[in-house]
Amino acid sequence: MDITFKNVTYIYQKNSPFEHKALENLSFHIPSGTFVAIIGHTGSGKSTLIQHLNGLTVPSEGEVHIGDFKLTNDEKPKNMKELRSKVGVVFQYPEHQLFEETIAKDIAFGPQNFGVSEEEIERRTKEALRQVRLSEELLERSPFDLSGGQKRRVAIAGVLAIQPEVLVLDEPTAGLDPRGQKEIMDMFYNLHREAGLTTILVTHSMDDALKYADQILILNKGTKFMEGTPIDVFRQKEALQSVQLDVPEVVQFLTSFEEKMGKPINFSNQSIDEIATSISEIVKGVE
Amino acid sequence: MNNSLIIGQYVPGNSFIHRLDPRTKITIIFFFVFIVFFANNVPSYGVLVLFALTCMFTSKIPIRFIMKGLTPVWFLIIFTFILHLIVTREGTVLFELGIFEIYSGGLIQGFAISIRFFLLILVTSLLTLTTTPIEITDAIEDMLHPLKRFKFPVHELALMMSISLRFIPTLMQETDKISKAQASRGVDFRTGPLKERIKAIVPLLVPLFISAFKRAEELAMAMEARGYQGGDNRSKLRELQITKLDIFGYIIFVLVIAVLFVTRTYG
Repeated sequence: MDITFKNVTYIYQKNSPFEHKALENLSFHIPSGTFVAIIGHTGSGKSTLIQHLNGLTVPSEGEVHIGDFKLTNDEKPKNMKELRSKVGVVFQYPEHQLFEETIAKDIAFGPQNFGVSEEEIERRTKEALRQVRLSEELLERSPFDLSGGQKRRVAIAGVLAIQPEVLVLDEPTAGLDPRGQKEIMDMFYNLHREAGLTTILVTHSMDDALKYADQILILNKGTKFMEGTPIDVFRQKEALQSVQLDVPEVVQFLTSFEEKMGKPINFSNQSIDEIATSISEIVKGVE
Repeated sequence: MNNSLIIGQYVPGNSFIHRLDPRTKITIIFFFVFIVFFANNVPSYGVLVLFALTCMFTSKIPIRFIMKGLTPVWFLIIFTFILHLIVTREGTVLFELGIFEIYSGGLIQGFAISIRFFLLILVTSLLTLTTTPIEITDAIEDMLHPLKRFKFPVHELALMMSISLRFIPTLMQETDKISKAQASRGVDFRTGPLKERIKAIVPLLVPLFISAFKRAEELAMAMEARGYQGGDNRSKLRELQITKLDIFGYIIFVLVIAVLFVTRTYG
């Protein structure tokens, strides 16, 4: 589903001393099937933005289009439930939303609310569990007996079982160990490609953004600061640093290589091998 | 989240009212609640209204914000007014309204009660609007101090109060977060039959309780790890202090009481 924001402004607690603009005149377009990374500092409006994607909040001004659904301040779609069945959101620390007695029931909760048949739910539960790499033996256990990482996987499975067309991920790997982080991110990426999803990833990790995203959107104080492909965005080191954002490690490496060796290697999202080749060429050339 | 209810919400500021010692504010409000019931004629009500409005203006909190916050209370005020209007049967009959006869006494009574109600709510919400919850608990702890002699756990009570006040916003945020997460999974909290809506609360309450218990445990552990011990020898970060401002405040309030009794007797 295509996603379009047109001059979206969102104001918290309007007409009170606590009035606060979380988003200001934000416009962008995400074509269907894209993997987008949204990056920004705490308080830059990332969380507010993703709440617009499934109608949890509607813009104070401007328009949001998600597929055929249109959200404006005075016009909410009547079939909000349908929108939410098509846009799955994995919130920060999703394990906090677990509540059922068994893992099977918790995963089935979403599909049940959206009126999916029993057999289909059973099929989806097993599939989702396989996707997050948990064993089916766990199905009848209580989600509260699991470790933190496993809980996270169950909660993610609960969203995947809805089988959304758009997947919104709000820092899905925060607080996991490095291996778990990689596993989960690879899982989302494979799913994105296999199922042809539109994926929106909110992250602090520049390396993840570089590795997975087709398009990067950088927010600063509720406005769009930069937008483009990872290569275009991460070439602008100074601009990123002006809003206290880093560049991925690879780019840092290439910059400091240039400083020390006096020879530039242009960043074009090349692999480690390709970089090694360029380095060896330069080094041999120097000798 | 319910943004319209302002009771309990603090608005930072540096006005005269903000800078008064919380004990002064609590004492004045305590006595104000009593003297409201001594007013018996137009001038005496005028004195009280004048006092309350002056407090409101000095606090420099936007009037629109206060009035909007009182919206849920307006209903109650109007309801009591109408109830008195209909039920009271004193004075002369002014006019008939269907099966009801409206008496002059009812009209006066209705006005009097509504004004009292309005004054009480306005003044008490001014307290919470201009005083941080921590200041209020500190003040209560200090004012209850004499009870210590009777082995009343004043400090523990104050600690409990400040902890629960501290966690109200956290719990509200948590509720907001979890209800959004469950709404994304297709729960509908707002529409549908009552039975369904009650059922929809379970996925909200269970995670909320779990996190509240977890938070309590973590807090207790953190306090123990840092060797927390309540009691007499514990010093405070902010000592409450009675200043000239407070004396000025008391003087004004005593004057108000004096004027009130004069108008009550001779007005």
